Amino acid sequence: MDWITTVDHKKIGILYLMSGFLFFLFGGIEAILIRVQLAVPENDFLSGEIYNQIVTMHGTTMIFLAVMPAIFGLMNAIVPLQIGARDVAFPFMNAVSFWMFFFGGVLLNCSWFLGGAPAAGWTAYAPLSDIYEGLGMDFYVLGLQIAGAGTLMGGINFLVTIVNMRAPGLTWMRLPMFTWSIFITSVLILFAFPALTIGLFLLFFDRLFGGNFFDPSAGGNPIIWEHIFWIFGHPEVYILILPAFGILSDVISQHSRKRIFGYTSMVLALVLIGFLAFMVWAHHMFTVGLGPVANSVFAIMTMAIAIPTGVKIFNWLFTLWGGQIRFTTANLFALGFIPTFVMGGTTGVMLAVVTADFQFHDSYFVVAHFHYVIVGGLVFGLFAGIYHWWPKIFGRFLNETIGKWNFWLFFIGFHLTFFPQHFLGLMGMPRRNFTYPAELGWGDMNFISSIGAAFMGVATILFTWNIVVTSIKGEKAKGDAWYGDGRTLEWSISSPAPEYNFAQTPLVKEFDAFWAEKRNGNDRVTPAEPLGEIHMPNNSIIPIIMSFGAFIAGFGFIFSAENKSSLFVAAFGLAIMFGSMLVHSLYDDHGHHLIPDELKQKESKRKGAEA
Amino acid sequence: MSNHSAPFVPHPETATLEGKNKFLAFWFFLGGETVLFACLFGTYLGLTRDLSGVEPGPDQLFELPTIFAATMALLISSLTSVLAIIQMRKNNMAKMQFWFWVTILLGWVFVGLEVNEFYTYVTVEDFTYSSNAFASSFYTLLGFHGGHVFFGTLWILTLILQTLKKGINTTTAPKLYIASLYWHFVDVVWVFIFTVVYLMGKVG
Repeated sequence: MDWITTVDHKKIGILYLMSGFLFFLFGGIEAILIRVQLAVPENDFLSGEIYNQIVTMHGTTMIFLAVMPAIFGLMNAIVPLQIGARDVAFPFMNAVSFWMFFFGGVLLNCSWFLGGAPAAGWTAYAPLSDIYEGLGMDFYVLGLQIAGAGTLMGGINFLVTIVNMRAPGLTWMRLPMFTWSIFITSVLILFAFPALTIGLFLLFFDRLFGGNFFDPSAGGNPIIWEHIFWIFGHPEVYILILPAFGILSDVISQHSRKRIFGYTSMVLALVLIGFLAFMVWAHHMFTVGLGPVANSVFAIMTMAIAIPTGVKIFNWLFTLWGGQIRFTTANLFALGFIPTFVMGGTTGVMLAVVTADFQFHDSYFVVAHFHYVIVGGLVFGLFAGIYHWWPKIFGRFLNETIGKWNFWLFFIGFHLTFFPQHFLGLMGMPRRNFTYPAELGWGDMNFISSIGAAFMGVATILFTWNIVVTSIKGEKAKGDAWYGDGRTLEWSISSPAPEYNFAQTPLVKEFDAFWAEKRNGNDRVTPAEPLGEIHMPNNSIIPIIMSFGAFIAGFGFIFSAENKSSLFVAAFGLAIMFGSMLVHSLYDDHGHHLIPDELKQKESKRKGAEA
Repeated sequence: MSNHSAPFVPHPETATLEGKNKFLAFWFFLGGETVLFACLFGTYLGLTRDLSGVEPGPDQLFELPTIFAATMALLISSLTSVLAIIQMRKNNMAKMQFWFWVTILLGWVFVGLEVNEFYTYVTVEDFTYSSNAFASSFYTLLGFHGGHVFFGTLWILTLILQTLKKGINTTTAPKLYIASLYWHFVDVVWVFIFTVVYLMGKVG
């Protein structure tokens, strides 16, 4: 019950991580099915229709339901601790964000059992998604709409938290890199997700209410979908990768026992990448026919992103240089990230060459490129972050031996899977096709690629095993878990953090505040206030009810294309949603207070347990 | 957290951290809303670039007197919401509620005029949502805005109910203040709609 009603950012973080991982397993199984189908030429393991559904759901699930929530999980669990706050700015809304994402994801996956999953690709290009595809697309539209609303609320919440709730002395240029990356990510969410909202609405209105946005025979234009989708979709790529950059900066500096090299340039690079993310959407549309001027501008903008990204890569290398590197699993994933991501970035620059893109377009070269960026970049980054912060979140370490097996199998499997796909693409193998003839000679490399996917599958099973084993019998972690090398504020409190995070708000005097205090001989960060009453928000059942209302409304709208009376179901769902909003607004919940005596007892108990 | 006994502060809307958070979050939210409407405007402009041969076109359809009335209602309601906030800062509950009621009523006048306008287009001109891409983008853009106005009136209404129960304090003031911010935003969007849709439709 506590988990359903919680408004504690640490618990919400865990909820995000767990449900994200569950969807990651779904998306992973879909990936394995794709690779089984493509392992040999002219395979009939899956039909074309099922293959389309699986490819669509693989992309949609991985992006929206697996890696996004994993990022939200880490940011929920860590950012308030890194900035010395007791909670996020809006704990209630934080719970709403999670449940909206969760029910959106459930709604999307209900499509498997209710007439077939969406099958128009994760980009849902019109007019295919608009006119030719069935009910599955309605699940896509409404599932993403609900999940997206949660994401947008989460983004705003973290922007306000980071701007307004930093501990005294924690100026912008002392902010840990992970928090910086989450700040920029949240800005991108804020300006990108409304575009998706509108795109989905237009598709929704076309499909259910007879609109003509994407129907050329009635004056519509399917290219508008592509513009709106990529105005959202390209920043989305950076919403995914920037947190990985942040994780990497923190992991590498801590596990090399060195301050991050070139902090200011790291921050500027983040800001610059965030800005450029909005300037490049049309590079997804070079072959649409926007004309040479538009194509050139977007090509140059795209190539320009390589500059700040290069700055970051070199700064990580310089941080490692001369550091006392510890090859923990977290750091291995971080180190594996660097060359892999550089390869993904390089093919990105290749794709930005417009004339060459006419060859690469919609081939496996593109598939290889974005998997190098998203799996080789983001997923490696997430693994690094999860191994790194696991002891802080759960109070126990993940097993390092299994972790290293996990890393090497995943790393080798990854390159085995996606490296050959560059060549397949150059040999002309198109993406999205469910099979290929034997005489084209694509069989061998596809087979290798499928073996690699199996390696990654085994690695994921090992990771799951690691979670199970260590949650039963894992090594307990101290507050400053990793060899006492913690640099930022989250390591200065016990693991897992108490519900109020900091008994006394810390006073930050330098960059890497905790490290600086330890260097000056202190074992804790100077407090900024005397021990006093702490105000905590109360748990609430309303967020889950509200999101459940949205879920019901989604079902109502989905089936309204077949049966108009299901609009009543939609109205009922909306009534639940707005009703619970009204209840929340009319009955203020003032929360509760923790008194100093109680705090002292709790704190000394923790100290005793750690010693 | 009994705010009732606390002395009244001149800017109750940003007196607490909670209030400051709400204030900032709402500005961010409006940033997102800007993108939302920008996409709708972009779609509208993209789909109405060439309306030759489309019957009825915007110049036949739009009637400026009604639109003028709607514009006046909405612009004046923005002014009355400012007057309400001024009274809020003076801790004058009765006058604040009066001005918010005027705001709500003007909002309803606006929504009524818009519903009437749509009704005329559909019944007299046979210009329905499915007629063509111009119709879809017109009704969607205007409908989103009208929906925002209507939602805003309901929102302000619940806040009036809240202040009846709790009075003006550091908990309610931020909510009242951001509702008025929202109201101005909706008004600004209308200025763009008036220009891009109606004026350009008539003379563009």
